[in-house]
Amino acid sequence: MDFADLFLQFTVTLDMTIRLSTVLILACLAGLFSERAGIFDIGLEGKMLIAAFFSAAAAYHSGNAWIGVLAGIGASMVFALIHGLASITYRGNQLISGVALNFLASGLTVVIGNAWYQKGGSTPPLTGNGRFHEITLPFADLLRDVPMLGPLYADVLSGHKPIVYIAFLVVPLSWWVLFRTRFGLRLRAVGENPASVDTAGVSVIRQRYAAVLIAGVLCGIAGAYLSTSQAASFGKEMTAGRGFIALAALIFSKWRPFYALMACLLFGLLEAISNLYPSIDVIGLFSIPVQFTQALPYILTVVILAGFVGKAIPPKAGGAPYVKER
Amino acid sequence: MSEQSTKTGRQETAAPAIELIGISKAFGPVQANKDISMSVAKGAIHGIVGENGAGKSTLMSILYGFYKADAGEIFVNGVATQIPDSQAAIKAGIGMVHQHFMLVENFTVLENIILGVEDGALIKPSLAKARSVLLELAHEYELEVDPDEIVENLSVGHQQRVEILKALYRQADILILDEPTGVLTPTEAEHLFRILRNLRDQGKTIILITHKLKEIMNATDTVSVMRRGKMTATVKTAETSPPELAELMVGRKVLLQVDKSPPKLGETVLEVSDLRVRNEFGVERLKGISFNVRAGEILGIAGVAGNGQSELLEVLGGICTGTGSIKVHGDELDLTGNHSDGQSRRARGIAHVPEDRQRLGLIMDFMAWENACFGYHHDPKYQKNWLMMDNAAILADAAAKMENFDIRPPNPRLLAQNFSGGNQQKIVLAREIERNPEILLVGQPTRGVDIGAIEFIHKQIVALRDAGKAILLVSVELDEILSLTDRVAVMFDGNIQGERVTAETDEKELGLMMAGASEEAA
Repeated sequence: MDFADLFLQFTVTLDMTIRLSTVLILACLAGLFSERAGIFDIGLEGKMLIAAFFSAAAAYHSGNAWIGVLAGIGASMVFALIHGLASITYRGNQLISGVALNFLASGLTVVIGNAWYQKGGSTPPLTGNGRFHEITLPFADLLRDVPMLGPLYADVLSGHKPIVYIAFLVVPLSWWVLFRTRFGLRLRAVGENPASVDTAGVSVIRQRYAAVLIAGVLCGIAGAYLSTSQAASFGKEMTAGRGFIALAALIFSKWRPFYALMACLLFGLLEAISNLYPSIDVIGLFSIPVQFTQALPYILTVVILAGFVGKAIPPKAGGAPYVKER
Repeated sequence: MSEQSTKTGRQETAAPAIELIGISKAFGPVQANKDISMSVAKGAIHGIVGENGAGKSTLMSILYGFYKADAGEIFVNGVATQIPDSQAAIKAGIGMVHQHFMLVENFTVLENIILGVEDGALIKPSLAKARSVLLELAHEYELEVDPDEIVENLSVGHQQRVEILKALYRQADILILDEPTGVLTPTEAEHLFRILRNLRDQGKTIILITHKLKEIMNATDTVSVMRRGKMTATVKTAETSPPELAELMVGRKVLLQVDKSPPKLGETVLEVSDLRVRNEFGVERLKGISFNVRAGEILGIAGVAGNGQSELLEVLGGICTGTGSIKVHGDELDLTGNHSDGQSRRARGIAHVPEDRQRLGLIMDFMAWENACFGYHHDPKYQKNWLMMDNAAILADAAAKMENFDIRPPNPRLLAQNFSGGNQQKIVLAREIERNPEILLVGQPTRGVDIGAIEFIHKQIVALRDAGKAILLVSVELDEILSLTDRVAVMFDGNIQGERVTAETDEKELGLMMAGASEEAA
């Protein structure tokens, strides 16, 4: 294996990391908005799944992937609204509401999918403008021959589908909204000490709904990415636990947008490695079995959720419905 | 939204800052406020006293738009004003410093100040404005605080300043303070009252809610007394006295002083030396403290909350582990091993009335009779046979305790949470004292307890002392320490700052020690 070969593998891995991280980044930021406002969102998975289904269906019928995205956002926001009603208005248990939404999504997508398309829960493959296509960044082809930086630009940064770029732009945007705007200040305050916001004369309920709905939008985009960009149709249970991986990344990132980006890239990298190098040879001594590399992201998830990675302090009011005290 | 409409004929020059007429408020069957009318003069410090549950906080919450009154009218500066929410109260110029601070702990001081009154969609300009306003206010009213510090890093006294600054930043002319001194050292409290007088002299109106009669006498111009949801009297502070106020609050004559004879000291029962405790983050909260308690005496542990008193009680009570040595009658206690639990401590004659009775002393969802045997439920007298407990015996036992300790209502089948704070405390005290322990650990025995019940609880503790038991009493109330204990040790930052015979010290000296002044300086 010479250097050029190694470098090629390097760029291929990075390229795939970016593609696989996109869903995680969007879902993780969705969770970040929701949890920063004090609403635990275990239903990221369900929101993405329902969004993936409806965006595939809408894109198939309209022949336009963007309409698919809008449909996905719509479906996900309906779920977000249910979560909001259950956990904000009716002060229910946020975890149970989230789990219920996950079940609802996994059942609904299969039932509706079977009724509409009779394909065992899948949607028909998307073709033409029904799916997203790669965007070539300017000068990508021109610069490809520049040593080192050329391939990095042309093969790693360029040539992704639109939602990938959206996801990476949402990271700084989220940071800016959360830490530089009035909206963000109030949102974070509501997650830490809602009474302080209430006594300041600002509606806690409205603020929390706003956060939950933002989570809905982001999960909608993430779901749409799965079925119209990463794949070209909806497949049963296609989120495959990514909502939970995103939650793990959220804890890992200690509820901060740029850390979230890093955590999601790490998970994406692990998934890319398991896809590209199913069995890794360790200097000819023995080979790591494919099952292990495939399980890596999930193992890391468990490790993080079990609290082995430092102390992560969640927003203080997280999980508790706001009730004015007597 | 405030609707300052319907101007009435009340706009003569000396319209009161606040006038309440016929305010009533019920929570379900509980009538928290009954037809309350009061008037607060402009530029005065107006005190409101009353027992817990008398309706003081409810009344102020109505004034601050937290609750809506069922009936009644509010006039602010002579203008009839609707206060449906806090925003309206703020607009009407009313600011409130809550008992539990309404601060976002991981925000900076500035962020807390502007929260809810930001000038635009971006926070940067508001932060800059708040910074300059803060500088001015700090100057004017002795309200210095570092604007960029994270609130949770501030002392409680400084956090309270942030709350006051918040109200002033919102241009409050009328400031309500709910039990402001509960968390302060005497020095900090003195500073607070200086600030309040300062504010009053600048024309602000201040409403001070407290249950400490001494503060009322020290700080207020006028005082209103509430009892059971009603306003029973409003008097000029200069024309009243603490006994009179206490009687108005409780409805009968109350003994404010504890009636006790000099201690008859016995042998040393509890010996503590070089006791250290680390908390879950590895921070040392007890830094090697030593003291003794003898039979027949009450040792008081004074100090501002959070200086290691809680950890001391917990390690003595077997709730947390530590290092060093604790001896009872000369025998070493197990501090880390299999016998470092509450059960083993009780077996050694140590009874514990914890500081936080609702978390550590009772199970709020269980009935009084069940609560009255917890910790001693292995006692053979509560067992019917090898499998079953003797519920009838436990019930009878609980009923007897309720009778002895005058617990009201005397119904053992009532859930613990349905008793008032004072009666909850009596359930715990009855359970622990009736076991006739060698050593009684008591944390904050009268926190949230009414004056009438305080009198009773103090009597019980003194009676146990006179029976020749050793008592360790932790309290943040200096008055309680001074009136109840025989000896007092002051804790500061995990150390014992100094020890005094209670009769030979005073509030000033203890206050200095509580603030960390060294032995010589104090």
